[in-house]
Amino acid sequence: MADYLPHTDDDVHSMLTFLGMDSLDDLFAHIPSAIRLAGGLEIDPGLSEPDVAAIFASYTRANAAKATSMTCFAGGGAYDHEVPPVVKMLSNRSEFVTAYTPYQPEVAQGVLQAIFEYQTLVSRLSGLAIPNASLYDAATALVEALNMASGATGRQKMIISSGIHPHWRQVARTFARGTGHEIVEVPLRDGLSDWSSVDASEAAAVVAGYPNYLGTLEDLSEAKALAVANDALFVVGADPVAAGVLKTAGQWGADVFVGEGQAFGTPLSFGGPYVGLFACSVAQTRRLPGRIVGQTVDSSGRRAFVTTLRAREQDIRREKATSNVCTNQTLMAVAAAIQLGWLGTYGLREVATRCAQGAHYLYEELLGVDGVEALTSQPFFREFAVRVSKPAREVVSLMAERDVLAGLAVAQLTNGPDPSVDDVESVLLVTVTERRTKDEIDHYVEAMREVLKT
Amino acid sequence: MTSPLPGGRAASAPLMGHESEPTLFEMSVPSRSAYQLRTTGVPATPLEELVPTNHLNDEIVPIAEVSERDLVGHFTRLSHRQYSVDLGMYPLGSCTMKYNPKFCDAVAADPGLNSVHPAAPASLCQGWLEIMVTLEEKLCAITGMSAATLQPAAGAAGELTGLLLMRAYHESRRDVRRRVLTPDSAHGTNPASVTLGGYEVTTVPSSDRGLVDLKALKAALGPDVAGIMLTNPNTVGLFEEEIVEIARAVHDVGGLLYYDGANLNAILGAVRPGDMGFDIVHMNLHKTFATPHGGGGPGAGPVAVAAHLVEFLPGPQASRVGEGGFDWVTPPRSIGRVHGWQGNAMVLARALAYIDVHGSDGLQRVSQHAVLNANWLRHRLRAILPAAYDRVCMHECTLSASPMKAEYGVRGLDVAKALLDEGFHSPTVYFPLIVEEALMFEPTETESVQTLEALAQAVERIAELARDDADQLRRAPQNTPVSRVDEARAARQLIATADAQG
Repeated sequence: MADYLPHTDDDVHSMLTFLGMDSLDDLFAHIPSAIRLAGGLEIDPGLSEPDVAAIFASYTRANAAKATSMTCFAGGGAYDHEVPPVVKMLSNRSEFVTAYTPYQPEVAQGVLQAIFEYQTLVSRLSGLAIPNASLYDAATALVEALNMASGATGRQKMIISSGIHPHWRQVARTFARGTGHEIVEVPLRDGLSDWSSVDASEAAAVVAGYPNYLGTLEDLSEAKALAVANDALFVVGADPVAAGVLKTAGQWGADVFVGEGQAFGTPLSFGGPYVGLFACSVAQTRRLPGRIVGQTVDSSGRRAFVTTLRAREQDIRREKATSNVCTNQTLMAVAAAIQLGWLGTYGLREVATRCAQGAHYLYEELLGVDGVEALTSQPFFREFAVRVSKPAREVVSLMAERDVLAGLAVAQLTNGPDPSVDDVESVLLVTVTERRTKDEIDHYVEAMREVLKT
Repeated sequence: MTSPLPGGRAASAPLMGHESEPTLFEMSVPSRSAYQLRTTGVPATPLEELVPTNHLNDEIVPIAEVSERDLVGHFTRLSHRQYSVDLGMYPLGSCTMKYNPKFCDAVAADPGLNSVHPAAPASLCQGWLEIMVTLEEKLCAITGMSAATLQPAAGAAGELTGLLLMRAYHESRRDVRRRVLTPDSAHGTNPASVTLGGYEVTTVPSSDRGLVDLKALKAALGPDVAGIMLTNPNTVGLFEEEIVEIARAVHDVGGLLYYDGANLNAILGAVRPGDMGFDIVHMNLHKTFATPHGGGGPGAGPVAVAAHLVEFLPGPQASRVGEGGFDWVTPPRSIGRVHGWQGNAMVLARALAYIDVHGSDGLQRVSQHAVLNANWLRHRLRAILPAAYDRVCMHECTLSASPMKAEYGVRGLDVAKALLDEGFHSPTVYFPLIVEEALMFEPTETESVQTLEALAQAVERIAELARDDADQLRRAPQNTPVSRVDEARAARQLIATADAQG
């Protein structure tokens, strides 16, 4: 019988009297009785907060894989980065948490300016001038990029490297059921996209991953040239942490950048809410999906921020809108701005560098374990794939018994054979973030040695 | 009604004055820093030895260089320039800005939930799968449906998912259909989603009672209609009383009914979409189930379906397997994934906690009191802002500033801006499109009668100002961190980043 409703019985009585009614039921009397729910909802009655907390404690106990008890070497688009107390406390301020979409800019300058700062950072990390105010996640950001490419070119064919995360490709295929896009997947050969194997004529978009989802750093010049030769948009799905040290999507010639912003201030969260990063070139501004915040002035000439280019959006353009997105992931965008502010210019470089150092250290040590083989000879950044001598899913389970989340069984992501890799069941994707110590990495290697020995 | 003490207003001005806050970039000073990282002992091999130089960026991407103290000051000051539910009433129609219980946030902050990797093997995250299965079952009980996907990240994502389910259903029957109907009062996301679902929109007019014009609806139906998207109560806050007949007519031509759950907060425990005849239902957990809006997101838009659509749901789905166990299962004819992982999980956990605290009795009371508050406010304001359709409404009331416009030349937007000066957030303005000078108030069930009275008195003061000094009203707000914002300039000369040339 717990709830958060303020009305006393007397309040309810006097309010009903004001309306000339006798009971709360009178308010629903105009709903046809044939469809009224007679016996109430068939769920349990309400419990107090501490009672519900006890139920949730049983859920959390059953989550063995929490990063607080198992050392996390899993990545694949979701990363165990440091989120310091200062970022948690600032991004959990209730003014940010309990605000609505900033439709009344005079009382929403806090969120609007934070988004403006987020947009500035997305623009710098992507090397593209026009960011938006966030999308749901990287996978749905890719779908919006494909829709943008279709709008820009009037074409339907999407050339997508299978180095793009399998889940992102799966989401793109789902939404293609409605848009009619033709999705052409480019196979990987020795870890690199084999662009020569596909016909890109009449393509709307050429899409490449940087690094690709198996961690490999591909030289994107060929993909860019393919896009240019066929008048297609060049879309790059990039790891924004890598932008601390590697070339940006814009430097590779991208027209559109999409990425996953979870690495900036959002915990692993079992997959959501995350934040889809999106930016494009100036030429595509009018086709931008979702919200964008712009700087302007108020009636006294003071700097102010407001959502702008609203004529693209669903509440105004309706069936002709550039996207149906309304609610986005603002709170995670604000958290990203705060986290990046905390890291600063050199902190981001340090994080990116340490990720690369840890990953390369583990990689070298791991190749010394019997039963572990390199998947390719290509360079990587902070994530790499190896072949293991037992099914990768089994390896993950056995490593978990040693308190290590050893990575992702790639077969779990691809859900079957995939053009990105042969014999997918034996492939393990491993990630190292700046949080992993040498001792943790050494323990990983020893545990793997035991697991693969038997 | 006795006159209670006014309550629940916010002073929306920041503590000290109206100075604008510098950006993070303007605060940056070379060599200042805030970050601290773990000591790892990992060999610090130079990056040039790990990564080929053609991949390295010759330039340093500038972020900002600030101290932790400056970072805290900056974002705290920004937060003081922001209205929020925790600060005061937020009567935005169609947005359900109710109080977000802190308990539900605490549930989500537990590392036992928020530090779990999304690709952890199912055996290592049984608690999460149980949360998802339990939430799905409860959402189905609340809506009267058979099964649900929790993947869609927001309402609009749920809409598009629902339309793809509609498409998969018809295609499985080798039934080619071209059009989807939406009322002229629909949220803009509805027609936008229809287009992305590969269908054409046919708009159905509303009657002079603010409801779907049944005759026009029937005229628009045909064998090429895939379905209809409806909000019930609809976007003017009225219950579609002819819903049973609408459902029969749509089903008779082989179409499906899609329920836009934006207004579900009106009917919990009173009537279920499944019993009205709907085949597909999306819910906005960030509205009805009180998960915080986060300044525009995250949300969650689960989609529940009737038995004949279950096999098409997105996958994988958390499912019960064996004795007390849980695993991921993909429905046999699944449309595929609609989210990179399994949806906005932390939002889902909050919503389940909210449902558990309220239970069947509490949820019913939520809707009863939400409807009571909207009707009280409608009746209380009737002399100044008459209802567009003057009869019992559901959880929100659509009022009109037309009389004030005719008499004093004051627009609905001016009333909305003046309310900001009064310490309230504005109602929704100019929506739905079918009502002139619309001001849509949704007080929600968590506001007290004292707060409602304070809002009413503020509207009365605004009406007096309209009569006495309309010019002053048109300059409102003045007590907010900034005054009226030049929106045209923002669109004409886009400055979307601190690096843009103004």
